[in-house]
Amino acid sequence: MSSTIDAPRASSLADLYAIAYQIEVDAVERYAMLADQMEMHNNPALVDIFRDLARAEAIHRDEICRMAGDFDVAAHARQTACWRIGESPESANLGAADYRMSPHHALQMALAAEQRALGFFRGLLADARDPDVKRLATELVGEEAGHVALCLRLLQRYPPPGGGRVAEDPDPPASQD
Amino acid sequence: MNANTVPACRAADYRSEVKPIWCPGCGDYHVLMAFTRAFVALGVRPEQVAVVSGIGCSSRIPAYTNCYGFHGVHGRALAVATGLKIVRPDLTVVVASGDGDGYSIGGNHFLHACRRNVDLTYVVMDNHIYGMTKGQPSPTTEPDFDTALTPGGTGLRPFHPLVIALASGANFVARAFSGNPAETAAIIVEAIRHPGFSFVEVLSPCVTYRPDQRAWKDRVHRAPVDATDDAARAARRVMTDDGFNLGVLYRGSRPAYAPRHDTAVTDSAELEREFEL
Ligand SMILES: Cc1ncc(C[n+]2csc(CCOP(=O)(O)OP(=O)(O)O)c2C)c(N)n1
Ligand code: SF4
Ligand SMILES: [Mg+2]
Repeated sequence: MSSTIDAPRASSLADLYAIAYQIEVDAVERYAMLADQMEMHNNPALVDIFRDLARAEAIHRDEICRMAGDFDVAAHARQTACWRIGESPESANLGAADYRMSPHHALQMALAAEQRALGFFRGLLADARDPDVKRLATELVGEEAGHVALCLRLLQRYPPPGGGRVAEDPDPPASQD
Repeated sequence: MNANTVPACRAADYRSEVKPIWCPGCGDYHVLMAFTRAFVALGVRPEQVAVVSGIGCSSRIPAYTNCYGFHGVHGRALAVATGLKIVRPDLTVVVASGDGDGYSIGGNHFLHACRRNVDLTYVVMDNHIYGMTKGQPSPTTEPDFDTALTPGGTGLRPFHPLVIALASGANFVARAFSGNPAETAAIIVEAIRHPGFSFVEVLSPCVTYRPDQRAWKDRVHRAPVDATDDAARAARRVMTDDGFNLGVLYRGSRPAYAPRHDTAVTDSAELEREFEL
């Protein structure tokens, strides 16, 4: 099912702050969950990567609050920034996780999330009429483009493991057969 | 503190310190997210909610929430939850289960919970397998599920939980997909608000013993028609759909079960007298 149906609309600067804030909150939640999963499944390299990603998104979330000044962005987000059907665009896909993932897979997951966020903010920018909304949307597009570029750079540092597939588990979960 | 000054909870406030041990990729992570989002949307505080479960991977959910919880006996979650709701009608009682817990060993409780229509919300994470015990077929497993345990498939007709719920008197019936936690949360919100017994079947992939279920995300789709208030029509629709139709499918109007007398006995001496031989 499409991830963009029923996306909230940014008809004012307040809405856009709320949406941008909620996107970062959701991204932090997902990366923190993935880090916990990898911790429980003893994949320490990925714990560090997902914790770093969660931290980076949290910095971005706090930056949005700072930019919004006195405006209570969290409260406004609770009312406006809801994805009734699809998911918040920058959220990593938990369903694609695997305990045998490598740093390359984790970064691919992050890249896909950043690309969705970039596409989402580009769409908002294209639709924006209000000059303040346009200015902030331009800034957010720039931010997300920077994150995409960072993921691509990091991916060069972490090439795909042999065959591009997840690692072999010498002692896989044994089904009763 | 008066109710107006109690700050609103965030999704994280409903999570416990216990880190889930589900396999990465398991659909149940999304269901946990949907639970916490639903509680935020409803504005209920953790101490106003009880999450009751049976046994299975899916039934681990109460430990991961900060609400009241009861990780019960295999197949008996609904019996526990019914008792709890009768004596504590003020609590929002959500019951979590799996297709093994809810339809095999707990199948009989399922029928009678639908019939009794106590104000509960029953969320079954259906992965068509016993995940926790390593991959045995459940009542919703496809007949051609071919493993060494079931050579050539079980050959058995799968159970149809939604139709059975409708035939047994459930007051609200919906199907959701874990991979869409926003929609699942919205359905759970509606299920909790709806009086009586609400049944939400969540297709929740077991990526370890049913890796084929990762493809469910491409098969699910919205139900093409709105929910009906006619149980027979709803049953006909779900009997003939492809099993991947999502949304609220039935909204009934039976009044929820209400005990005829005050069941909230809080004095243990009084309780003892009542059961004296
Ligand atoms: C009385 C009893 N019988 C059998 C078991 C073994 N057992 C534990 S979980 C389970 C099946 C759980 O399947 P399901 O409800 O589908 O949960 P999943 O793990 O798939 O989420 C069984 C048979 C048990 N714990 N107690
Ligand atoms: S065995 Fe299956 S149901 Fe259990 S946690 Fe793993 S993926 Fe989920
Ligand atoms: Mg199961």
